[in-house]
Amino acid sequence: MQLTGAQALVKSLETQGVEVMFGLPGGAILPVYDPIIDSSIRHILARHEQGAGHMAEGYAHVTGRPGVAIVTSGPGATNIVTSLCDAYMDSIPIVVITGQVATAAIGTDAFQEADITGITMGVTKHNWLVTNAADIPRIVAEAFHVATTGRPGPVLVDVPKDVSLQMMEWYWPDSLDMPGYRPPSKPEPALIADAAELILAARRPVIYAGGGVIKSSGSPALARLAELTGIPVVTTLMARGALPDSHPLCLGMPGMHGNYTAVTAMQQADLLIALGSRFDDRVTGKVSAFAPHAKVIHVDIDKAEIGKVRRPEVGIVADARLATEALISALEPRTVTGELRSDRLEDWMGQLRRWQERFPLAYDSPAESEASGASGRLPLLKPQFVIETLRASTPDDTILVSGVGQHQMWASQHWRFEHPNSWVNSGGLGTMGFSVPAAIGAKVGRPDAMVWAVDGDGCFQMTAQELVTASAERIPVKVAILNNAYLGMVRQWQHMFYEERYSEVYLSADLPDYVGWAESMGCVGLKVETPEEVGPAIEKANQIDDRPVVIDFRTDSMEQVYPMVPAGASNDDIVVHPSQASRLAAS
Amino acid sequence: MNKPRHHLLSVLVENKAGVLARVASLFARRGYNIFSLAVAPTDDARFSRISIVVDVESSPLEQVIAQLDKLINVVQISELHPAEAREAELLLVTVSVDADRRAQVIQLAGVFGASVIDVGIDALTVMLAGQPTALDDFENVIASYGIVELQRTGRVALPRLGASRGTSVAGLSAVAN
Ligand SMILES: Cc1ncc(C[n+]2csc(CCOP(=O)(O)OP(=O)(O)O)c2C)c(N)n1
Ligand SMILES: [Mg+2]
Repeated sequence: MQLTGAQALVKSLETQGVEVMFGLPGGAILPVYDPIIDSSIRHILARHEQGAGHMAEGYAHVTGRPGVAIVTSGPGATNIVTSLCDAYMDSIPIVVITGQVATAAIGTDAFQEADITGITMGVTKHNWLVTNAADIPRIVAEAFHVATTGRPGPVLVDVPKDVSLQMMEWYWPDSLDMPGYRPPSKPEPALIADAAELILAARRPVIYAGGGVIKSSGSPALARLAELTGIPVVTTLMARGALPDSHPLCLGMPGMHGNYTAVTAMQQADLLIALGSRFDDRVTGKVSAFAPHAKVIHVDIDKAEIGKVRRPEVGIVADARLATEALISALEPRTVTGELRSDRLEDWMGQLRRWQERFPLAYDSPAESEASGASGRLPLLKPQFVIETLRASTPDDTILVSGVGQHQMWASQHWRFEHPNSWVNSGGLGTMGFSVPAAIGAKVGRPDAMVWAVDGDGCFQMTAQELVTASAERIPVKVAILNNAYLGMVRQWQHMFYEERYSEVYLSADLPDYVGWAESMGCVGLKVETPEEVGPAIEKANQIDDRPVVIDFRTDSMEQVYPMVPAGASNDDIVVHPSQASRLAAS
Repeated sequence: MNKPRHHLLSVLVENKAGVLARVASLFARRGYNIFSLAVAPTDDARFSRISIVVDVESSPLEQVIAQLDKLINVVQISELHPAEAREAELLLVTVSVDADRRAQVIQLAGVFGASVIDVGIDALTVMLAGQPTALDDFENVIASYGIVELQRTGRVALPRLGASRGTSVAGLSAVAN
């Protein structure tokens, strides 16, 4: 069967099982958009290529399947670089197809030419420039294979216009010849045995679960390992939901804005069992002062992560789920010997419970804020209260998406995560503007689930136009803007570390008019100013299923995220909520 | 004794467009220093071999290797220890010579086993292939005659016969065909 390169590309995507792609056409990709009309693949027309990229990420986050985006050359391609970098940092499998100028024009500064394979070399797992239409099926197959196996990540396939127009004889490769690509999967038994001994010997162990647990579908195994050993678990920003927050062994989130118990448990641990986590600086704080008494078992599918930041006693290059299951198999026989009796960790668990009682996540009630004169005329909403109410008013399996800033940290702290793949955020890159398009992608991937985005007013202004996409395509996402009139997280740093010298962080609560803007984009817009209005507004939003909803929550600008480990400081120097500060000395 | 600062990695890569750029940009973005680099196709046209001398003061060798190994086109990485490898490098140098010094330079070249490959009115170009240390020695001596231009290739190496086949630190121990 003779096909054009463009037809072969679309057929290759269909063969890969792609059901939806997010994109925006232009000159160099025009030939590919023609067969898209006849394709079974749904195309969602984004309003900006960055949005298309984040949609693909959101889709991948919640389905575990690769997200696909397709854009034109030059500015279309450069617009999606942020999404690629975001996916690279968070190991999200996405496949981005870019148009390119004709091969003869490459290198001539042709109209809308950009060296996108060169530009994205450092932010993709791999990329390909197709020079021959006959290579298209093979390269598409390779691209999906690379994106989804080993440590997942973004890939890019650059297709020159003349290659799209060339004829080729259709085929589908039955095997791939990639001698340099051998993703690991199974753990080495000897290392599992060593790790098991460390686990049995430990008296203050903590499981440090990262995004790799979710990516490997390792949540059930994680719960079994925790229950078998009685070892408590911290779930990083990328792993919220890997163990349900309601699980008695779940300590919640560690790191710069982690809760006191999760942070301090790691600091005082005698063993860290890192599963699919990478000792990110936002988790470790000052590395030399991080978990100083702990031996480390580090499981990661990426060998380069082992020893990159902290040298482990046992480093295991493997899929997090397979390694966790292997640990379970190695440890199960030891229950009969009594080596896993839960009283071995009694002192440790007692200590953790005391910390949890003394240092729960805390925030002032509006009345307290007003009494202290900290806030303005209105009984201002506390952002944490909005998130707690939202959690209480939404189904258990709601997917929560967030932007980047204070609201993201409050969402990760105050939401109760009960399922893996139910939390979508930009962790490694911290990309403002992530949430609206990522929520759209998530809703496309999980149309059955309710999808809420918790966004900042600053973030919302970066990619809000994708709500036009959502309205046009009838993708009923819901957006809660925690509108504090500020680039709040930056304001917080200026508050704490720059003597309250606020430089270029004020945005205004009323400009833009969020309700008017939402409505102009085909959404329902609501505004909430008082605590009493929060619940009813959320209820109203939950009823709407035929279009997106945006709620403009006017929240207290003065609110800070606590706890906080100042950048570069030791996790021992955690700053707790002011109401708890006096308890620190006593602990 | 101080650990050696330089390590020689022999990196087998797929012979595809852009592979050298991928290797070089990895070193650049991760802040690893390349001391020298030589690349050419192997006897099997599907592969090229890159010999990289890494300055490990910039980063632990193990991390450099692990990151390199993540490149999809990198097939195998071996670290070659000087004691277990045959290393060679090529040097070309143009030296300015007047009538009296011409004979001296030619003689010196002979002592080092270098050959004169170009002769001008007031300059000679000499080529020396050999161990990198021999090239260093020759370069030091010849410098006093006034170097007009000097070019070295960077070293290439293979495991010594009889010694273990280098340490294959990542990738296949033998390339499957
Ligand atoms: C694209 C981008 N630009 C700048 C930043 C730096 N930054 C981090 S948080 C933040 C403020 C976000 O403001 P907003 O969305 O209102 O959230 P808030 O912190 O107020 O909840 C900024 C500017 C970033 N993370 N991403
Ligand atoms: Mg804000």
